[in-house]
Amino acid sequence: MSSEITDDILLDIHRRMVRIRTFEERAGKMMEDGKIPGALHLYVGQEAIASAVMVHLSNEDYITGTHRGHGHLIAKGGEFTYMFAELYGKATGYCKGKGGSMHISNLDLGMLGANGIVGGGPPIAMGAAFSCKFRKTKNVSISFFGDGASNEGAFHEAANMAALYKLPCVFICENNGYGEYTPQANHQAIVDVADRAPGYGMPGVVVDGMDAVAVYEAAGEAIARAREGGGPTLLECKTYRYYDHVGVRGMGLSYRTDEEVEQWRLKDPIVNFEARLAEQGVLSPEAAQAIHEEVLKEVEAGIEFAEASPDPDPAAVTEDVYA
Amino acid sequence: MAEPQPKPRELPYVAAITEGVRTVMQEQPDAFVAGEDVAEAGGVYGYYNGILKEFGPDRVFDTPISEEGIVGLGVGAAATGCRPIIDVMFMDFMGECMDEIANQLAKMRYMFGGRATLPVTILSMAGAGASLAAQHSQSLEAWICHLPGLKVVMACTPYDAKGLIISAARDDNPVIVVLNKMSLAMMGPVPEESYTVPIGEANLVRSGSNYTIISYGRMVHEALAAATQLEKLGIDAEVIDLRSLQPLDSDAIVASVKKTHRAMIVHEAVRFGGFGGEITAQIQELAFDYLDAPVARVGAPFSPVPFSPVLEATYVPNADRIVAEAKQQLGL
Repeated sequence: MSSEITDDILLDIHRRMVRIRTFEERAGKMMEDGKIPGALHLYVGQEAIASAVMVHLSNEDYITGTHRGHGHLIAKGGEFTYMFAELYGKATGYCKGKGGSMHISNLDLGMLGANGIVGGGPPIAMGAAFSCKFRKTKNVSISFFGDGASNEGAFHEAANMAALYKLPCVFICENNGYGEYTPQANHQAIVDVADRAPGYGMPGVVVDGMDAVAVYEAAGEAIARAREGGGPTLLECKTYRYYDHVGVRGMGLSYRTDEEVEQWRLKDPIVNFEARLAEQGVLSPEAAQAIHEEVLKEVEAGIEFAEASPDPDPAAVTEDVYA
Repeated sequence: MAEPQPKPRELPYVAAITEGVRTVMQEQPDAFVAGEDVAEAGGVYGYYNGILKEFGPDRVFDTPISEEGIVGLGVGAAATGCRPIIDVMFMDFMGECMDEIANQLAKMRYMFGGRATLPVTILSMAGAGASLAAQHSQSLEAWICHLPGLKVVMACTPYDAKGLIISAARDDNPVIVVLNKMSLAMMGPVPEESYTVPIGEANLVRSGSNYTIISYGRMVHEALAAATQLEKLGIDAEVIDLRSLQPLDSDAIVASVKKTHRAMIVHEAVRFGGFGGEITAQIQELAFDYLDAPVARVGAPFSPVPFSPVLEATYVPNADRIVAEAKQQLGL
């Protein structure tokens, strides 16, 4: 079934995308300025996917993210205050400063963690889907992963088991064309990761991951089928990361051309979506601008909260190892 | 006149495992059993016999041969409210699922700032002695004891097998229960009712005055046999079964060494880099001034587990080797 997309839903997707973009642009800057320790994997360019999938979910539905995981948490309802505090390593962060960017999570929102291990998430999402079925809820579990992770054995095992047990699980491949710095053509012999779906006994669908409406419709169908006991789907969203595998610098690199980046930027999920919403009379350019400004204020407030927050007590280093 | 006390019921180790699992399944509605061949076949060693029949296919099910998927299923299900019992058929197969064990299961709670609870029980079979060669015979507890966030226990008797499984399943942390394939037929008293063996408490299985043997798993029985032999040499050995490696009952070890002044650690795992090294270090840190001799260690030689029965018998530590090592240590 294809879900009816209302103006409210369009606006909801739009706001989620803007929240991700604005957060990530600022976070990348903070990392470059040395204010955020460690390494960030930015979601800029891929916003349509998390945003259009998450409008189908409640807090009782589960997701597993990736190392590029801020967007997943933001789209799932993550608050900038606790997110920035976590990126800063502060005691007030979602993970009390113990996880950072790569392990950011919030179980109250059903977000079972970004993951520093490529392919670490699919088995966990499959387990959460099993839990939904075991506990006889109508909830679903979504595994986000990349084209790179599709080569991990963990993904294969999870996909096979989800199909075998007909679990309420949706595998969403964010194919951004690169496994870290290696182009897809150099890491797998297929073009569409979704081609693997029939091998697991589940439907495989390919959509334009830069088009939030296309993602919304395909994800809606897969999620509805999962909720009704119809089993998993492998949904591949073709997308692109504007910035590097890690950090910000996206241009002038040896492993991809600047022309390629520019071509993909023409398909920008937010710019094109806003043009469409303006054309449909759903959101005027002025109103869109106001949303960007409002979100930017929310980002600044988040940074302020993080900077004013205390560092963890050094004694906390061995706390939370065991329940 | 008082009734004569009935002889306590005895069960083989394998049936004690079954009874532990059955008790957990009865007590905990959120518990389920997942693993290779656990349902229809009752497990490769039969210790899930009858579990499928009693609890049904929703709670007991066979998995593909996909250890990473199986443990991942446990992680995802536990983080969302279930209490999984996950079977990793042979401990040797932990290599197949080490990411889900080491990077996900063990660390999720900590990485999430204490906001996740992972009550996963993993049962796994270890140990040499059945000519199953290098990939079905190992004792790899040192791998998992090195991972903060996991608890690790090893059962050497039927009583401990049942009690440790029940304790593991009641624990809100991931607990790996390491079982021993050569002990499956061993008989021992097992109460019919539910009971626990505390995780983190060593068991003093033999009292002595002037020597301490610290062991765990099947080697406890070899240590006890060695202690009997050592009596003839004037050595009155105390034998401690650690039962729990993580958390480790350091107090029990130190108290014994302070009393006896001489210590040996015996495990089946390869001696080099084995868990005995950690115990030795703790003894010298916490009881150095009480030691009258260097701490001795008995373990497997630095080779994979061999296939040939002759080679395997040479490989696996036994009472005679423990006695020989003690004599060398003490200059007897």
